Amino acid sequence: MRNRTFAVIAFLIAIAVIAASRLASNDYFFSAAYTVLQFIILATAWNILGGYTGYVNFGSAAFFAVGAYTSVFLYKFVQAPLLLMIAAGTVVAGLLGLMVGYLTLRMRGVFFAIATLALAVVLYTFVLNWDYVGGARGAYILQPRVVPFGLPRYVHLLYTAMVLMTAFALVVARAIQTSFIGRGLAAIRDDEVAAECAGVPTLRLKLFSATVSGALMGMAGTTFPYYLSYVEPSAAFNLSYAVNSIAMPLIGGMTSWLGPLVGAVLLGSVQQVVQVTVSSAWNLLIVGVLLVAFVTLAPNGIMGWIDAWRLRRREGS
Amino acid sequence: MEFPTALVLNAIVAGLLLGGFYAAVSVGVSISFGMLDVVNIAHPAFIILGSYVAYIVNERMGVDPIVVSIVLSPLFFALGMLIYRIYYLCFEKRGQESLRGLAFFFGILFITEVVLLLVFGVDYRLVETAYSSTTLHFGTVDFPLRLIVPFVVALTMVVGVQLYLSRTFFGRAVLAVAQDQLALRLMGVNPIRIKEFAFALSIATAGVAGALLIVIQPVQPAIGREYIGLVFAVCVLGGMGSIWGTLLGALILGLAESFTSTFFGPSWAPAVSFGILLAALAFKPSGLLGR
Repeated sequence: MRNRTFAVIAFLIAIAVIAASRLASNDYFFSAAYTVLQFIILATAWNILGGYTGYVNFGSAAFFAVGAYTSVFLYKFVQAPLLLMIAAGTVVAGLLGLMVGYLTLRMRGVFFAIATLALAVVLYTFVLNWDYVGGARGAYILQPRVVPFGLPRYVHLLYTAMVLMTAFALVVARAIQTSFIGRGLAAIRDDEVAAECAGVPTLRLKLFSATVSGALMGMAGTTFPYYLSYVEPSAAFNLSYAVNSIAMPLIGGMTSWLGPLVGAVLLGSVQQVVQVTVSSAWNLLIVGVLLVAFVTLAPNGIMGWIDAWRLRRREGS
Repeated sequence: MEFPTALVLNAIVAGLLLGGFYAAVSVGVSISFGMLDVVNIAHPAFIILGSYVAYIVNERMGVDPIVVSIVLSPLFFALGMLIYRIYYLCFEKRGQESLRGLAFFFGILFITEVVLLLVFGVDYRLVETAYSSTTLHFGTVDFPLRLIVPFVVALTMVVGVQLYLSRTFFGRAVLAVAQDQLALRLMGVNPIRIKEFAFALSIATAGVAGALLIVIQPVQPAIGREYIGLVFAVCVLGGMGSIWGTLLGALILGLAESFTSTFFGPSWAPAVSFGILLAALAFKPSGLLGR
């Protein structure tokens, strides 16, 4: 399927999803759907660097928070419109990805992973001490009273934005995967030295995927302040974003754009159920245990199972 | 900004004492990451686990936490052996350590934190020892025993590890694994057994470091994360796989943090280790005493 066709189909599905949700009168539906969509974007973004290229990013929460706090800053500064917030948060998080990548991607992959881990702690410290965006107290972000496009409430607008952003992230992820860039990234993942020798511009491709991955993670965070009306550092930098955005691609399968989507929908839905029926701490434990279980026992994830099953069936017939 | 002598002296002393403790925290990673090439980012989780073990035994039986940790270090050693065996079978043997191995340790870090959270809650736990509230004074400089005792224990442990690795037959075998695994195989030695032992040793040091931590400050399940940046900063700054380098790096980091919290406020201290880590990675990735 060509990229343009895929994009058209993805956005048609997105519009259908938005339209269908108008039928839902339940508030809980929006909260649950919003959270799952947020995880789809994070998982898809993580997979561009983690799955395609083989570089682990432990700092998803930091990129997410950078997107969120860019929105907070713009809200305090000029009361910027939502679209500008989304664009700005995406760009800033992308630049952060580029910067961290530039400093550490020239060395062994491990150093990038460690740098992203530490990055989360440092940005957290920074935001905690930055009074303009609320510091440790957090910041209140009031949703605008006027809701455009004749939508009933502002949550509906945020939900619509989230669905469109999810479609956008998936289109980008698939376009990268099927292009020459995706093949270059896969070559880096399999054997970086061999790729370099074969003429793949490894550093430039790695920087590209670090930038795109960071930008999409930031994008997922841009609507977060409006969604909760209140942002505090420990919510925006929550470790569960980092864990989920690693666990979901690992569980779904990392080699294609479909894996993170499958993983995020499954794990996101399970978490919504557990959160309501048990508690959010147990919720995190389940994610952690599933992560370790899949990574040790089923390293290729659910899509890996499906591929293996298909292969067996083809050989059988 | 003014720099009163007493303040500076106190900052230096506190920084060096803290640095000694950081050496104990980082020596395990120096072994696992620096020598064995096992990127154990879950190391801080084992440290916090050590803190809680020391806390429980202290609470039930009133034994000094440091004594507890030394007596129970075989338990941590066994835990380390188990973890390395899983890691080897699932990742190292299949050549998947770079991506999935990292995710594995991240998962362990996360599970440990959440389990401790579910069992003990988010409250800070503290151990009161006989020396907790005593402070020696030399002129205007304070020497709190709460920091001195962990400093001495940490230094003893780090020097002990260094002597063990450089002087004993098995220790040298570990260094040999660090240098060239393939050569070891060709000599008819099984490097996996040696790595298992050395990794277990690194987890045992984490258990002891955990007890030192809870003597120094109150402990809560989530504070382990703050030490991830620190241990790797120390390791990279000192030079991968060099124990003396780890000690040097830890002292430098301790001084840097102590000065930051004295002159800019303690809330900035966590940013120091990351700054040093990035600077070390960008300008001198081989470290101060690296090979």
